[in-house]
Amino acid sequence: MNLLDWIVLLGTMVGIAGYGAWHTRHTDRLDTYLKGSSSTGWFTIGLSVAATQASAITFLSIPGQGFESGLGFVQNYFGLPLALIIICAVFLPIYRRLGVYTAYEYLGQRFDGKTRLLGAGLFLLQRGLAAGVTIYAPAIILSSVLGWRLDLTIIGSGLLVIVYTVTGGSAAVSLTQKWQMGVIFAGMVTAFIVVLQRLPDGLGFGGAAHLAGALGKLEAVDFSLDPARRYTLWSGLFGGLFLSLSYFGTDQSQVQRYIGGASLREGRLGLMFNALLKIPMQFFILLLGVFVFVFYQFQPAPIFYNQAEWSRVAAGANGAVFRALEEKHAGLHVVKREKIAAWQAARAAHDPAAEIAARTALIAAQRATEQVRAEAKTALSAADPRAKTKDSDYVFISFIVAQLPHGAVGLLVAVMIAAALGSKASELNALGTTSTIDLWRQLRPLAAHDESRNVRVAKWFTAFWGLFAIGFALFAGFAENLIEAINILGSIFYGVVLGLFLTAFFLKRVGGTAVFWGAVVAQTLVFVLYATLSISYLWYNLIGCAACMIFALVLQAVLPANDANSRQ
Amino acid sequence: MKEPDDDSTGLPGFRTWRGVYLLVLGCFILVVIGLALFSRAFA
Repeated sequence: MNLLDWIVLLGTMVGIAGYGAWHTRHTDRLDTYLKGSSSTGWFTIGLSVAATQASAITFLSIPGQGFESGLGFVQNYFGLPLALIIICAVFLPIYRRLGVYTAYEYLGQRFDGKTRLLGAGLFLLQRGLAAGVTIYAPAIILSSVLGWRLDLTIIGSGLLVIVYTVTGGSAAVSLTQKWQMGVIFAGMVTAFIVVLQRLPDGLGFGGAAHLAGALGKLEAVDFSLDPARRYTLWSGLFGGLFLSLSYFGTDQSQVQRYIGGASLREGRLGLMFNALLKIPMQFFILLLGVFVFVFYQFQPAPIFYNQAEWSRVAAGANGAVFRALEEKHAGLHVVKREKIAAWQAARAAHDPAAEIAARTALIAAQRATEQVRAEAKTALSAADPRAKTKDSDYVFISFIVAQLPHGAVGLLVAVMIAAALGSKASELNALGTTSTIDLWRQLRPLAAHDESRNVRVAKWFTAFWGLFAIGFALFAGFAENLIEAINILGSIFYGVVLGLFLTAFFLKRVGGTAVFWGAVVAQTLVFVLYATLSISYLWYNLIGCAACMIFALVLQAVLPANDANSRQ
Repeated sequence: MKEPDDDSTGLPGFRTWRGVYLLVLGCFILVVIGLALFSRAFA
């Protein structure tokens, strides 16, 4: 990165954060601090919802996913539009009618205090730990590729987001996210244009797409019924529906984005905006990764895209092994380019038989290079068991640094930081709100009417969670396995939390004690199934939700009648 | 901050939210069909 890149990066990031903090510095009403400005329109709500979901890892990992596995990941989002329609029709009107600050407050009104505490507790546990990962995961990648100090990257980005989130609360979060999404869209379009320009003369969009298709990278929809396949139309529709229902409908970091605003209409339109935007946006990001893959078919490609890690391990005692692998990969890459040329010639000659034969040879060459990349990862592990062997997250950022012109590099790094700040801000805002409303106010019921004290407490809790996240991220390097465990826990908690809410909405005769114990038993069942089955994690959303509702119904049938306290 | 259910969409051509939801559902189906056709066109 040169001076121009730094000006673009710091100008956009500090500028947006400063604008957000300054513009909302006089936020002293609890309603505005926790729910945002009462005049917020649908476009700001829609962008805020999108920015909350799109973390930095979205823009680092998803192009890498497209590079490695093609477009199939887009199916993960197929349940999202359906979920948002259900949330607009059922969840949102209830939240607004009751005037709640948090989704878990609704559980308290519908059931009882212990069920509210269970919902809020699961959220604080999962989001509180994940908040550290939200900072750590992009920081480790950016610092490794750009040569920044990891601790300063974590502290710098963490403090920046704390400043404006604590100052202006939800109003500042929504305001900054709108501009951050502008930077993200501008950066991704710039990257796409540069990739297309860097492809060989005459290849163009159509030629690149045909080559990617020939190598199996453009299979966006898989109709397979095999439950072991991670991304299919069915797992995306059903598992994705329950995942999205839970995330958008019950996770406070999302609920807080749309329960405020000028009216119910603005919230609904903001969610419908996301229902239309999300799948095309994810498709576009994946396609960007696919085109980076095509780009590297015509350019010298590294055997391993986390070059810092590769160089570190290769500099050790087994250097000759790594150099031999690099030479083997380079040789196979040349062979593959010859096969690509032969396949293109067969296509140009409109000779179907020759085209099929050339494509078969091309696929074999591709498999050979993939085999060497797999050997390289095995060699890394053998040389250093702690070596990070997953390099797909480094593909896009390596491409950016090596191929984009100065200024655009700064803009694309700003995309990653903007995404990190946007999702982080929503998390801190939600954690601060839930800690204040669902925990502190329960312990200090007399203080509930002291508005300025509530705002002060919410600011302290927001700052606490921000500092906790920074602290966790600084020490996360010692516990990589813990990070993986947190991500897994997140994916298997959501179904049961959704079950709590769907029981509240639709099973009117079920009371607090039945649903509380139903949720505990369902969560235990999900843990057991996770340990014993090997199915796509998306299915646990459906299983957890269904189990919670069924157990609640069964328990309600055997519990004394005085527990049927449905009040909604 | 309690408010009554507001069922007006304020969108030209859509008097109820059911119409908006059907439009979004229709767009989703078209996008899935479009993705399948895109895959087939370049397979």
